[in-house]
Amino acid sequence: MKIRPFRLTLLSLSLLIPAALCAVVLFLLIFSAQAIGFNGLGFLSRITWNLGDLYGDPVTTRGVVVPNGASYGILVFVCGTLLSSFIAICIAVPLSVGAAIFLSEAVPPRIRPVLSMLVELVAVVPSVVFGLWGIAVLVPFIGNVMGPALSDTLGFIPIFAGGHSGGGYGLLAASIVLALMITPIIATTLLDALMQVPRENRESAFALGATHFEVVSKAMMPMVRATLIGGIVLALGRALGETMAVLMVSGGGINILPTSLFSPISTIASFIVSQLDSAEGDSTNMAVRSLAEIALVLFVITLVTNAGAKLLSSGVLNNVRHRKH
Amino acid sequence: MSATASTNAAAARPARGVREWRRAVTSKLGWIACGVALLLVIGPLLDIVWVVAYNGVSAFSPRLFTSSTPPTGVGLWNAIEGTAIIAAAAMAIAVPIGVGAGIYLAEYGNNRLGGTIRFMSDVLTGTPSIVLGYFSYIVLVGALGWGLSAPAGAVTVAILIVPYLARITELALRQVPNTMREAGFALGAKEPTVIFRIILPGARSGVITGALLALAISVGETAPLIYTAGFSSFPLNLHHPVHSFLHNQIGYLTYVIWSFIEQPDATSHALAFAAAFLVMVFVLIINIGVRLALRRTKFT
Repeated sequence: MKIRPFRLTLLSLSLLIPAALCAVVLFLLIFSAQAIGFNGLGFLSRITWNLGDLYGDPVTTRGVVVPNGASYGILVFVCGTLLSSFIAICIAVPLSVGAAIFLSEAVPPRIRPVLSMLVELVAVVPSVVFGLWGIAVLVPFIGNVMGPALSDTLGFIPIFAGGHSGGGYGLLAASIVLALMITPIIATTLLDALMQVPRENRESAFALGATHFEVVSKAMMPMVRATLIGGIVLALGRALGETMAVLMVSGGGINILPTSLFSPISTIASFIVSQLDSAEGDSTNMAVRSLAEIALVLFVITLVTNAGAKLLSSGVLNNVRHRKH
Repeated sequence: MSATASTNAAAARPARGVREWRRAVTSKLGWIACGVALLLVIGPLLDIVWVVAYNGVSAFSPRLFTSSTPPTGVGLWNAIEGTAIIAAAAMAIAVPIGVGAGIYLAEYGNNRLGGTIRFMSDVLTGTPSIVLGYFSYIVLVGALGWGLSAPAGAVTVAILIVPYLARITELALRQVPNTMREAGFALGAKEPTVIFRIILPGARSGVITGALLALAISVGETAPLIYTAGFSSFPLNLHHPVHSFLHNQIGYLTYVIWSFIEQPDATSHALAFAAAFLVMVFVLIINIGVRLALRRTKFT
């Protein structure tokens, strides 16, 4: 085979991408290996995250040196991550489906580009600005208006209780901010799919006497269902890994499982940021290693989710071709 | 016979009327619900822009650009400079890699290797930025001994944006018609000449778009920088700029937004909003500009 230096240069540049990914996984694995051994499977099912006595002499447990009393469990953060993302999806799906339908069918074609650009722009607002808005606007609103109102009307259901106490930081605030951040992902995916539904399908539904809304809801939506589900899972992947906005409005709850919409929570991602400072105080390094294990868990969760999105939107189930971004 | 038919029709008509009526009302309500949903999606964006602009503009003063963050001063200069340095360094690393990878994927990537690289690139795009930040923290900051510094932050951001650049470059290059390539080769041009003199110029707007969007991402990132770039209230030391760049922690605007809004005093809040205003203006100008430019090229 002829050696082509130009191609080889390009190839080696592009191989840096897989190399970076492998390096991330490999070094996180190597670095957290001791923690994985020490924490065992209970890592995922323990509730308490306790760095132990950082000032006393470390003890040797299960062959590794750790601070006395150290216990690393991340069930609270896994629950916080899954719950906040799940509620965010529940809020975001109706909003983005409605917005996409309205944009594709009800808006005059001349102003559609402006409105769809506004929807896309929601996605480019930096996470930390969402957090800032959350602190300045959303958290006071939940604390003073929404929380008390929900607790007064639906307070007999446990998850709506507790809206009077607490300043609005917590699961609900995190979920709403996440919902806003992922809405454009679902909405633009669905809008693209709706715009690609063939004319014939729409027209035959009209010819059967369906109202315009029935054409959309009964003839067009079933055609784009698989794309919609792919978009939702993609958005879920984004929500699971979101860090700054959640960190700023979630209340940072640790060591206690959330019981209501107003409980303070931490997600895996936000916990890594908020805890690294304290973890650095551990001279045995086990806390920093356990945080690396958390990062690995987060990586695996988002990897599985994104792979699912890819499978769903690969077009096997689709009548309408899905446009990639 | 005819009497039966007419009574049947008379009996059926009101029933159908009710059904028609119900369908019409359902449709109306459906459209209203969809419109409200669109308002609920766009409304918060407008509110974010309004809140940030209102508070940011009222916090604006020339001191923002001449003085550093508290406790050093009462401005944002160190953070503005740091954001520019980190973004510029990240782009300097990421653009050659991303564009090179994009060229490879577009021109030679229609095989299994190309597919694998594309897949890994997608996985990297989907990886939460905090995971990349943590990787850099243990490897660059810790194991390699760079410490919290601008290079550690810049490399982390570069890892984050390379997959975007590669993907957008690839898409742009694939838009260039094959006849252009063939014409180049027919004239006896070598591969590098065809790519750099014919295909890349043809795909210029797409590649620039990708680079601008990557720049917007790198200016708006926070999580991967906190434990790689650290934070400093001092601007670059101009007496030892290289040493200062390589070894000192560095300030950036998104950190100011995050940490100063949690301070109790109004001055810090004002600085947080001013920083958010600067970041938002930059990110929105790039994104709106790119979209307007793309639409114009598409229709002319």
